[in-house]
This record gives sequence, structure tokens and C-alpha cells, in this order.
Amino acid sequence: MLHDFLLILPEEILSVGALVLMLAAAWGGDKAAPVLTWLAVLILGVAALFVPGIADAGGTAFGGLFIGDSFAAFSKITIYAGAAIALIAAMSWFGRDRDYRAEYPVLILFSAIGMGMMVSAGDLLTLYVGLELQSLAAYVLASFQRTDTRSAEAGLKYFVLGALASGILLYGISLLYGFTGTTQFGGIAAALGHGVSTGQLFGIVFVLAGLAFKISAVPFHMWTPDVYEGAPTPVTAFFASAPKVAAMALLVRVAVEAMAPALHEWRQIVIFAALASTVLGGVAAIGQRSVKRLLAYSSINNVGFALVGLAAAGPAGVASVLFYMAVYVVMTLGAFLVVLRMRDAQGRPVETIASLAGLSRTRPMLALAMAIFMFSLAGIPPLFGFWPKFLVFDAAVGAGLTWLAAVAIATSVVSAFYYIKIVKLIYFDEPAPAFAETKEPVGTALIFASAVFVSPLGYLAIPWLGAAAARAAGALF
Amino acid sequence: MQGFPILSAILALPLLGALACLLSGPVAARWIALATTLATLALCIGLWLTYQIGGEQWQFTEYKEIFGRFAWALGIDGIALMLIVLTAFLMPICIAASWTAIEKRVPEFMACFLFMETLMIGVFCAQDIFLFYIFFEAGLIPMYLIIGIWGGANRIYAAYKFFLYTLLGSVLMLVAMLWMVNFAGTTSIPALMETDFPAEAQNWLWLAFFASFAVKMPMWPVHTWLPDAHVQAPTAGSVILAGVLLKMGGYGFIRFSLPMFPEASAYLIWIVFGLSMVAVVYTSLVALVQQDMKKLIAYSSVAHMAFVTIGLFAFNKQGIEGGLVVMLSHGLVSGALFLCVGVVYDRLHSRDIDKYGGLSNNMPQFALLFMIFTMASVGLPGTSGFVGEFLALVGAYEANSWVAAVATTGIILGAAYMLWLYWRIAFGTARTAEAAALPDLSKRELLILAPIAAAVLWMGVYPESFMAPMRADVDALLARIERAAPEGDARRTAGRPAPAARDAHVPATKAEGTHH
Repeated sequence: MLHDFLLILPEEILSVGALVLMLAAAWGGDKAAPVLTWLAVLILGVAALFVPGIADAGGTAFGGLFIGDSFAAFSKITIYAGAAIALIAAMSWFGRDRDYRAEYPVLILFSAIGMGMMVSAGDLLTLYVGLELQSLAAYVLASFQRTDTRSAEAGLKYFVLGALASGILLYGISLLYGFTGTTQFGGIAAALGHGVSTGQLFGIVFVLAGLAFKISAVPFHMWTPDVYEGAPTPVTAFFASAPKVAAMALLVRVAVEAMAPALHEWRQIVIFAALASTVLGGVAAIGQRSVKRLLAYSSINNVGFALVGLAAAGPAGVASVLFYMAVYVVMTLGAFLVVLRMRDAQGRPVETIASLAGLSRTRPMLALAMAIFMFSLAGIPPLFGFWPKFLVFDAAVGAGLTWLAAVAIATSVVSAFYYIKIVKLIYFDEPAPAFAETKEPVGTALIFASAVFVSPLGYLAIPWLGAAAARAAGALF
Repeated sequence: MQGFPILSAILALPLLGALACLLSGPVAARWIALATTLATLALCIGLWLTYQIGGEQWQFTEYKEIFGRFAWALGIDGIALMLIVLTAFLMPICIAASWTAIEKRVPEFMACFLFMETLMIGVFCAQDIFLFYIFFEAGLIPMYLIIGIWGGANRIYAAYKFFLYTLLGSVLMLVAMLWMVNFAGTTSIPALMETDFPAEAQNWLWLAFFASFAVKMPMWPVHTWLPDAHVQAPTAGSVILAGVLLKMGGYGFIRFSLPMFPEASAYLIWIVFGLSMVAVVYTSLVALVQQDMKKLIAYSSVAHMAFVTIGLFAFNKQGIEGGLVVMLSHGLVSGALFLCVGVVYDRLHSRDIDKYGGLSNNMPQFALLFMIFTMASVGLPGTSGFVGEFLALVGAYEANSWVAAVATTGIILGAAYMLWLYWRIAFGTARTAEAAALPDLSKRELLILAPIAAAVLWMGVYPESFMAPMRADVDALLARIERAAPEGDARRTAGRPAPAARDAHVPATKAEGTHH
């Protein structure tokens, strides 16, 4: 029993920490918000220290309901880091409008617990509980600026569509339970091993559809641009990073562990979603005027590439997905950190792409950072964003899916267009009114750190990051 | 020199220079860039002098396993050596040419150029296939910025076109590379050059590589990005584009397509020959009607590059050596021609041929140098152009006389458009008053153009200096592709002497014998 509780130590730390912070928020009021935020970051850091499965192989707790293996460890570290960065970014952004409230770090922590549960789920019910915990916190975060109608609209949209997706997922879970007699991943895999019946197939399809909604893969992506646009920018940054990793890791675990014998069945679905996401994420982004909508489509696009790695299955494929998500989080957070700096002379946030015009004259270093993130998201070497794309295509070719790699890589040219369009605006065009000067040393340091990570220096990280991803992927096989 | 990682030093030097430029003001950036490129040139000359002709095939090799999946593997053969020297030679010239022409954002411009130099040299000395790809692709970023920031009026369209065309070409190559590495289990280019890939896969791999190199080269009909990019790019950008970037396509054919897929190269040779033949004739005719000087030279580049492909795929020694010399020669000559256009453009701010005329009156030095480069472009004996084109055509004739015949018309057309261009610009009377008043070359411009003219003549008179380092590598390549060489249509057969002639000889020998 003690062993079980040791395995969920990060979740315990986060839960207790979040509850204590909630009490502190209730009594301390919004004035305590900055302190609470730093405390939340600290709690995330401490939780990360106790994640099982980093040095050892980890284990399973509560009779297989909860898995604390290297795979979960890799995902959790990425998630906690993403959540911490999103928190730090949020503080100064809200702070200026004096609408930052102490609930924010608490909600992020609850969301982080849910995400940790998702990637550690060994049972469909753990999966569902984790997913809902994460989602409910996210719905509230989306409508965090209560007085802003856009934010409220985003929250409502997210909630209604999220509820629909949860319903689809639950329906799929019930079908799988009915036709396999168990909700445990291992048991489902054993039952599917005798051949996939029609009922089971329906269950697989519905579960995958529900999860595709959470990673915003086409055709379940419709909520993404609207929610991303409406939600306060730091919340959008959070949505685009940590929850994406969690949902993707969850999908990988469900597909590779629970549905392993049905590889042939789910691979078709994943391939379709992958190609549809890369194409739509590339084409639909071209006409966007809002940076946040553009980054929403960019995230759809990137999820498509990560799915190519999942379609490859096998240890190499899973490792490539993990690697992809880790680098993707850094690139996306970096881009959002730059977007958070976009404020006009009066200090109001601006979101139009056009306002980036000529940034290289007014703010050269910020412009350079943004250009690095854009080229990196486009996957142009020598920036580090090339490497995860390389790995997923390598995995696809290694799995005999050369055609998939060829088609997907061709669609990456489409998405390259809108990324270089941003670079064009920043470097080629005449300057738009300059953004207000900001003094945010922490934010600047974060932008600098992420820019260095995605610069060619990132290649030096390949040996250890690759080894970590490979070890994490090995835990599933 | 042994033990000193000279190739890494050559790659690191411009990169450090680029960083230094970014952090300094405009004046300092110019001097830093010039000093860096000159130092790099000095290192590259050292490389040339210490390169052992007839020694190991791969020299100056370095190997560091620091990236996990691929290695920092460098090394050069004679072909790479010559292209590296060409790059390092053109670079200080480009910097000097932009000395006054570039006024805005000088530090960024110089940084882009130095970054570009690292990447270009990296392409030629990478010995790991993925390292090659990274260098090859990365060149898009600085070039995109160079065209887009410092280019002409329509620069944004040209920058997009350049970026997306070349990106689309090269992504498929990456998939092919992944497949090859999966098959062969190594990322080392020399090892892959020795690998025999199954014939049915070769065709697909060859096509994927062809897509990339044909766009870079560029071959008709995927050449359309080139005239736009050239016209819009600043002078130095055009020089680098024509002088070095286009050579990456030819280098790719030599390094990858031919030695790795000899059977596919032979099987699909009709694609290369067909497209090259169209390119020679069609782009030459298009060049003939251009009003824009830069566009004319851009189209002539496409035509000259077709000689390279024809020569390389002739599957014989003359052809391959000819193709290589055309690459080197074109790198010098087209670069110099763009510089000449830049000289008059800086004065009159027009590339319209009709605005000029009679420049030999008021710009005699310019007219002389421009003539040397025009003649080299036409292929006059004694200039570098002749050596390469002649060899390439000899090789092509041995492979396929029809191809040689069509390609030769390109020489005639080339003479037509180049001489006509020269006539319209340098001879006759000035068409505008401004043209008649243009001052002659400044010292700086003379210093830029004179070394290229010297190199062009050197290569024309004594090409052995340039061909000797490459000979062993061409032989190695031939030994590799010989087994697949397609049957040429110019096989000489021993003639049967006519009876009368035989009889005529008999008495002669008899008569000779009787004397004894």
C-alpha cells in the first residue's frame, strides 16, 4: 500500500499543495496572487522531483489503475514544465490589467493533477477521471476574464464541445467495457487479441474520436481556433502546451497498450487524422488575421505530424511522438511568450498578425526570437524544430509507411508558407506602431531560453533527450 | 596541418563573424565581414595547397559522434575542394560589392552572408547524409532574408517563390534519405556511395533526389524561381545564388544520384537529357528577348547549367570533367556578370538594357572586363567557358550525338544573346544622357572584378590546376557507374578497307621489301 502511495507522490504533492493554495487564496485575496503563483511553480517543481520512473522502471499502483512508468515520467516532466512556464507568463500579463486573481494558479495545479492522471492511466476509468479533472479546470480558465465577452464565449464553447467529446469518449468506453468485459488496458488488449469484433471496433472508434477532440486533431478540431482566440492569451499558451502533451501521451498509451492487437484498425484512423490535420492546419492558417488563431491552426498542424509518429507505432514511433511533443511545447510556448509581449502604446493587448509588421526595426531581439520560433515550427533546419519532424518521418519510414512520410512532408511545405509569412511581416515590411516597452526580466529570460533551445544548439540535446524518449517509449512495450 | 580540424575551423569562422556583425554597427560590420571572409579564403587556399592530389579519396576527415542519430562527419575530395575554394573566393568579393550598395541594416546583411558561407561550405564538406541535408536546407533561411529584405521592388514574391520551390524540392529528398539509411544502416556518405540499392527502389530514390537537385540546379521546367530570385536579389545575393547555390544541384548529382543509383541514372537518363535539351534551346531563346540585364543572365544560367547536367550524365570521363569545369567556370563568370550589372545598376539604378549604350566610350575599363566575362560566357577558347563546354559536349557526343547536336545550338544561341547584350550596352552611342556620363570603375570595383577575370583566364589557359585535384575522384565515380553506363550511339566501328586501297598498300610494302 505504501508502495502505491509512493508512486502517486507527485499527485499527492500537487493535490495538497493546490488545496492549501486554495485556502490561502480564499483568505489572502487577490493581493496574494503573485506569491501564490510562485508557490504553485515551486509545488510543480517539487512534484517533478518525485515523479517515479525517471531513474528506476517505476511500477503500477492500485491494482493497475495507475501506472507510474518512464513513459508517464517523461510526459509528466514535460507537462509540469509547460504548466510552470504558462503560469509565470500569465502572472505578468494579467498583472498589468489588475485582473489577475488568486484562483489562477490553483486551477492550473488542478489541471496539472488531471494531466498527470491522464498520462498515468492504466484503466479507462482513471483515464476518464484525469481527463475530466483537467478539462473542468480548463473550462474555467478559458472564461477567466469574466467581464470579457470573448473569454466567456470561449469558455462556454469549450465546455459544450468538451462535454460532447466526453460523452463520445464515455460511450466508447462503455462499448469497450461491454465487449471486452474489462476497463483495464491490459485486459482490453488481451480481449482484442482474439480478433476484433464489430462492437469492439465501434468502441475503439468512439474512444479515439473522443481523444482526437482533446488533441484537436481534424475532424474534431473545430473548437480550437475559437477557444484559442477567445481565451486570455496566457491561457491559450497553456492550452497549446501542457494539455496537448497530456492528451497526446494518453492517446499513445491507449493506442499502443490497450489497443495493441487492433493496430491495423486504429492505424487507419490515426493516419487519416494525421494527414487531415497537417493539410487543414496548413491551409486554414493561411488566411488568418489573428496571431492566436494562427497558432491554433499551427497546433493542429503539429498534432498531425506527431500523429504520423503514432501511426508508425513501435518503440521508435512512440519515442518520436514524445520527442516531438517535448520540442513542440518549447516552440509553442516561446511563440506565445512573444505574443504576450504584443501590446499597443496604451498597454492594451493586440492580436492581429499585421501588428507584427516591421518588428525587426522596433524590437530586433524580440523579432529574432519570433523568427527563430516560426522557422522552427516550420521545421526548417538548422533550427531544432526540424529534428522532431525528422524523427516522426524516420519512424514512419522504418515502419514501412514511406508513402505516409512522403505525403506528410509534402504538406509541411504548405504550413511553411504561413510561418514564413510571419517572418516576412517581421523582417520585410514597413514597421507598424511599435509595441509598448515592457520590463519583464523573467519573461525575457524564458524567451531567451526557449530560443536557445530551438536554435541549432538544441541538437546537442539530442543524445540525452533522445535517450530519455527512447526509455520512456520502451516502457510501453 | 594534420590533427588540426581545419574544416571545422572554416565552418566556425564565418559563424563567429556573423555573430560579431550582429552585435556591431554598420561600419564595423563591413570590416568584420571582409576580414572574416578573407581569413576563410586564406584557410581554404591553405586547404587547396595541402590537399594531396592522388592521395586518399577523402582528406581532412573529422568525425565526432555528438548528435546521437547522426555525426559531425566532415571530409572533402577534390570535387568538394574546388567548390569550397570557389565559395570562399566569391565571398569577400560579395562583401566588397555590397560595401556601398547596401545601406540599410548592414549588420544583419553581413551576418546573413557569413551564415550563408558556413552553410554552403558545410554542404560541400559534410560526410554524413543528414548533416548534408541540414546544411543544404538551412541555406533557405539566410537567402530568404537576403532576397526579402534587401531585394528589389517585387522582392517578397520572389522570396516566397524561392523558399517554397526549393523547400518542396528538398523535402522529398529527406524521405528518400531516411529510406536509404534504413536500408543501408549507415549515415556516412562514403559508405552509402558504395552501397548497391535494389534496382526497383533506385528509381524512386533517384526521382526524389532529382526533384531536389533539379529545382536547385535549376532545370527546365522548375527553373522559374531563378529569374525572379535573381532579378529581385541584391547584387551580392545574385552572385552567391548563381555562383554557389546553383552548384549544389550539380554537386548533389555527383555525390548522390550518380554513385548511389547508377542503374537508375542510366534508366532515367532520358529525363535528364530531355529536360537539358529543352533548357538549352528554350532558355537561350528566352534570354535573347530579355530587356532586363539580370534576367538575361539568369536565363543564361539555366542554359549553362543544362550543359552541366548533360556532361555529368554522359557517363564518361570527358563529360563528367566537363560538367565540373562548367560548374566552376559558371560560378566565376555568372558571378562576375552579375557584378558587372551591379556596377552599372549602382550608377543608373536601372537594369533596362535600352537605358544604356556606348559604355566603352566613357567606361573603358568596365567595357574590357565585361568583354572578358562575356567571351567566357560565350565559351571563347582561352577562357574558362570554353574548356568546360567543349569537354561536356565531347562527352555528350560519345553518349548521344543527338543530345550533343542540340546542345551545341545552345553555344550558338549563347553567343547571340551575350554578344548582342554586349553590343547594346558597350558599343554604339549612349541611348540616354545619363549613360553617356557614367564614370568608370572605382578602385574598389576594379579590385572586385580583376581577380575574377584573372581566374577566368587562368582556368581557360591552364585548366589542369583545377582539374588535377578532381581527376582521381572522377575516375572513382566512373569505376562506380561503369557497370550501368548506357550504350552510346557514337560507337566507332572498325571500317573495312576497300579492296583497291588494300591493293594499293601491298605494292608499297613489296616495293619496300625489294629494296632490302
